[in-house]
Amino acid sequence: MSTPAITMPEADIRWTRPTRGPVGMYCLIAAEAAIFTIFVVAYIFYIGKSLTGPQPQDVLRVPIFFTICLLSSSLTINLAVKSLSSGKMRSFALWWFLTIVLGAVFLAGTAREWSHLIYDEGLTIQTNLFGTTYYSLVGLHAFHVTIGLLALATVSLFTLFGQVRPAHAERAEVLSMYWHFVDVVWVVVFIVVYIVGR
Amino acid sequence: MSTESIAWPRPTVAPSPLVERLHEWVTTVDHKRLGILYILYALLFLLLGGVEATILRIQLIRPLNNFVSPQVFNRMFTMHGTTMIFFVVMPVMFGFANYLIPLMIGARDMAFPRLNAFSFWMTAFGGLLLYFSFVGGDGLYGAGNAPDVGWFAYAPLTSKTFSRGHSTDFWILSLLVSGFGSIGTAINIIATVLCMRCRGMTLRKMPLLAWLNLTMAGLVVLAVSPLTAAQVMLLVDRYLGGHFFDTQAGGSAVMWMHFFWVFGHPEVYVLVIPAFAFASEIIPVFSRKAIFGYPVMVAATMCIGFIGMSVWAHHMFTVGMSSAANTFFVLSTMATAVPTGIKIFNWLATMWGGQIHFKTPMLFCTAFLFQFLIAGLTGIMLGNAPFNWQLGNSYFVIAHFHYVIVGGILFTLFGAFYYWFPKMSGKMYNETLGKLHFWLFFIGFHLTFDFMHVPGILGMPRRIYTYEPGRGWDIWNFIVTIGVFFQAAGILVFMANLLWSYLRGELAGSDPWDAWTLEWSTSSPPPAYNFADIPEVKSRRPLWDLKHPEDPDWQYE
Amino acid sequence: MRLRALALFCGSAVTTFADPARPFLSPTNIFAPVSTPAQSIFELSRFVLTITAAIFVVVLTLLVYAVVKFRKTRANEWREPAQVYGSTQLELAWTVIPILIVVVLFLAAARVIASIQNAARPSNALEVTVIGHQFWWEYRYPSLKVVTANELHIPVSDPGHPTPTFLTLLSADTDHSFWVPRLAGKTDLIPNHPNSMWMDPHETGLYLGQCAQYCGTQHAMMLLRVYVDSREDFDRWIQEQSQPAHIGDTASEGQRIFEQTACVNCHTIRGTPANGTFGPDLTHLMSRQTIAAGAARNLPGNLIAWIYNPAFSKPGCKMPSMGLSTQQAAEVAAYLETLR
Repeated sequence: MSTPAITMPEADIRWTRPTRGPVGMYCLIAAEAAIFTIFVVAYIFYIGKSLTGPQPQDVLRVPIFFTICLLSSSLTINLAVKSLSSGKMRSFALWWFLTIVLGAVFLAGTAREWSHLIYDEGLTIQTNLFGTTYYSLVGLHAFHVTIGLLALATVSLFTLFGQVRPAHAERAEVLSMYWHFVDVVWVVVFIVVYIVGR
Repeated sequence: MSTESIAWPRPTVAPSPLVERLHEWVTTVDHKRLGILYILYALLFLLLGGVEATILRIQLIRPLNNFVSPQVFNRMFTMHGTTMIFFVVMPVMFGFANYLIPLMIGARDMAFPRLNAFSFWMTAFGGLLLYFSFVGGDGLYGAGNAPDVGWFAYAPLTSKTFSRGHSTDFWILSLLVSGFGSIGTAINIIATVLCMRCRGMTLRKMPLLAWLNLTMAGLVVLAVSPLTAAQVMLLVDRYLGGHFFDTQAGGSAVMWMHFFWVFGHPEVYVLVIPAFAFASEIIPVFSRKAIFGYPVMVAATMCIGFIGMSVWAHHMFTVGMSSAANTFFVLSTMATAVPTGIKIFNWLATMWGGQIHFKTPMLFCTAFLFQFLIAGLTGIMLGNAPFNWQLGNSYFVIAHFHYVIVGGILFTLFGAFYYWFPKMSGKMYNETLGKLHFWLFFIGFHLTFDFMHVPGILGMPRRIYTYEPGRGWDIWNFIVTIGVFFQAAGILVFMANLLWSYLRGELAGSDPWDAWTLEWSTSSPPPAYNFADIPEVKSRRPLWDLKHPEDPDWQYE
Repeated sequence: MRLRALALFCGSAVTTFADPARPFLSPTNIFAPVSTPAQSIFELSRFVLTITAAIFVVVLTLLVYAVVKFRKTRANEWREPAQVYGSTQLELAWTVIPILIVVVLFLAAARVIASIQNAARPSNALEVTVIGHQFWWEYRYPSLKVVTANELHIPVSDPGHPTPTFLTLLSADTDHSFWVPRLAGKTDLIPNHPNSMWMDPHETGLYLGQCAQYCGTQHAMMLLRVYVDSREDFDRWIQEQSQPAHIGDTASEGQRIFEQTACVNCHTIRGTPANGTFGPDLTHLMSRQTIAAGAARNLPGNLIAWIYNPAFSKPGCKMPSMGLSTQQAAEVAAYLETLR
């Protein structure tokens, strides 16, 4: 392939393209957002339509503390990624680990809430439309939190073995995008389930 | 048409053992090999889906026939639709996209090669799981095994009450699995197109095939997920006692329809937009002219993708939505006709004033224009809600969408096979057999799908395993079935041509068509690394610039 | 002037499909309307077909011309033609004109949607509730206290003083669809989602159709028979249907078998202990011309075969074989034949 003799007048345009990691993650987030949208739509459509059984206002308790934990974990992961790109490895490891702890506390909170709903209030996925849509939506979110925690834990494991370097900052940032997405979904779920739906 | 001017002596190397070669293919992450795997996979399922269609048509050749039982018939139409959409057209389009996009944008591979392999094997497994249903599981009334609930699986027919066996579960799980593969490939396509273009190839200079596959991938990302969500909900209903679609508990059967068609309509654009991509590459080369109105073609495709996400309930006009809802969906459906029409006019304008070489790829693409026009017009009829109240769920609809999928998509697909077969295999196909395939298939297609409109107008609904005499449907069904055999003959000629040419065809050289995009600048087949040096481009047709240095494209773009 | 002639030609080409007195080609021809909804749709469809036919002719002519005029010839084989990249005026033209066509088609459709879906329900309208089952149709006339199955009778409507019939559409199980093309467009029957449709046929006669939404194994044999009767015939039919079954004082052998096997769990015969509702009401079975939702003519041989083994005539239907002998089946059939 030879280059033609005539060159364009505007020579040496800087050639930039986006990087693959963030683009791929944005696409994944878009796909996941579409899945959550459908579950949210089903939840909203079925508000007030349960024929029998416990209703949201009777049994739901607003999980303020656990929500704060999860939303703070977005902050901590942000600090972790910043630390990594500046090379502060200890700082990174601590903030990252704190993110996992906060996420795990959130999951524990969900588990506690479900235990209360199932054993004390008699609300299961089979009980009525509220039960079906509630457990599906919150459960789908909790599932995504779990996957996120596993991924974050893997990174922590690598950090412990000293395998993570500042050059990995972009990858850590891509992972943190997923984590932020999980938090944004929780904001939506929180509003729909605990505010609008009650 | 240029040929290689220097014949390099090929080094003789003993071929590695079969096991090693198979292992290479199974573990490959090379986009070209994965592309070929997708394409071969799709061809196998094309044969299976074709057999299912043939069984359907033989049963319907005359009234009150008993070639197959109603249970078998219901399984056949479910499997035919599911197979053709998810395991033929989607994989073959992903295959071509995988093969061509890196070559056309001057990259060495897709953005995520391992994700690419993972996606292929997920799709492949999904298909195998679906067909495993023939030997495992039960269906309606315990009388069958393969899915028999229609490819759209309406609730509450799919609930445990009415579908007690596992046929529905096979449908759900196989599509769930292959859906992850589809989303993976779509993410890969988007990342590749946005991030891996060679120097100088701005988005405005990218081949239309890259643009259109980018749009398709965007639609997959947004549209397959609703199906995944709905299927998870159905699994919750069937196995966890949920009530998403349980009408006895206050659930809504219509909600399934909404979720399904929110997937289902963009899905048909996922199928057809890559077909547009093939036409947009083939028609210019064989008319010897640049594509007419490149920016508008891009804009129109984006419009189709965007508007196409807002028309889904035109599949639900008979469901009893309010007149306001029906009216809205008529408007949005009609609106898609505008960008689609623009594209037809642009292809026509590309041919206009050109110098058309009617080789096999161009024969198929010209027929595509004719047939897609008709398909679009019957689509306008169906998009008109009151007309839809008569024509919906009848054989008119079946005729319409087969006109799009076979007359539009499959025809351009055949064109694409013939056009890129020399690049992929290094050999030229046999032109006489190619033309024979075209005419056999053209005749068969029109016998079947032209006359299929008539029973619809005369009141014949879909998905019926037999019909009464005296409805005036007999002769039309007979003609429709006869056409199937011509199409089958055409497909056999096609497969024979591919096989024979691969084994014994003449060497094709790197650029047998005197074309203008980057894939023709490398050898046929391309080396594993695609290009010795990553190219740098200045226009939409880099090879035109090279071949016509006195009149390069970038002076006019 | 030529355009009008063309439109008339296209319209009449479609109309030859559509002689209401003798529907061309089929008794279920959508272009042979006898009722206002079907008629409105027919007129709209003529308009749409004319426009789409015109578009087709124009574009096809251009395509054929291009294919013929611009094919490669021996003479020009070695030159590349002039490269044309686009034309703003052309692009504008073939954007604006389709938009106008789309607007026109949309407005035409919107008008018909409103006229059919939002039609007022006059006080003299007949109300019928249709309940779809796998694989038969249940008809209830709530104000007239009539319950029947599979063959619907409605009164003819005089266009001058319309007496339409309004159907409320419900489902007992899966999705179905009520489609009698000459009377109206189809509307689905969906559980937990009541729908409504109407028809005002102006010609008496029998109108055929069938279920148009896949509902399971025997979807194909869920046929519709709508009898449009004159006012007197309809009133007489209602009178007859609202009577209990006409049977003698002594129960026949067939009646004994019917009431002692599980038949009574599914079927109602008013005036007897049988009051099941899972299957069709049989009180006036002999007033119907077909059995098994149109799958067979209502003749003694068919009735015996049906009772003996329903799956033979309609495999996958919900009526089980009761394990009767052929003799017993004949007795039951003889009993049912007294239910006029």
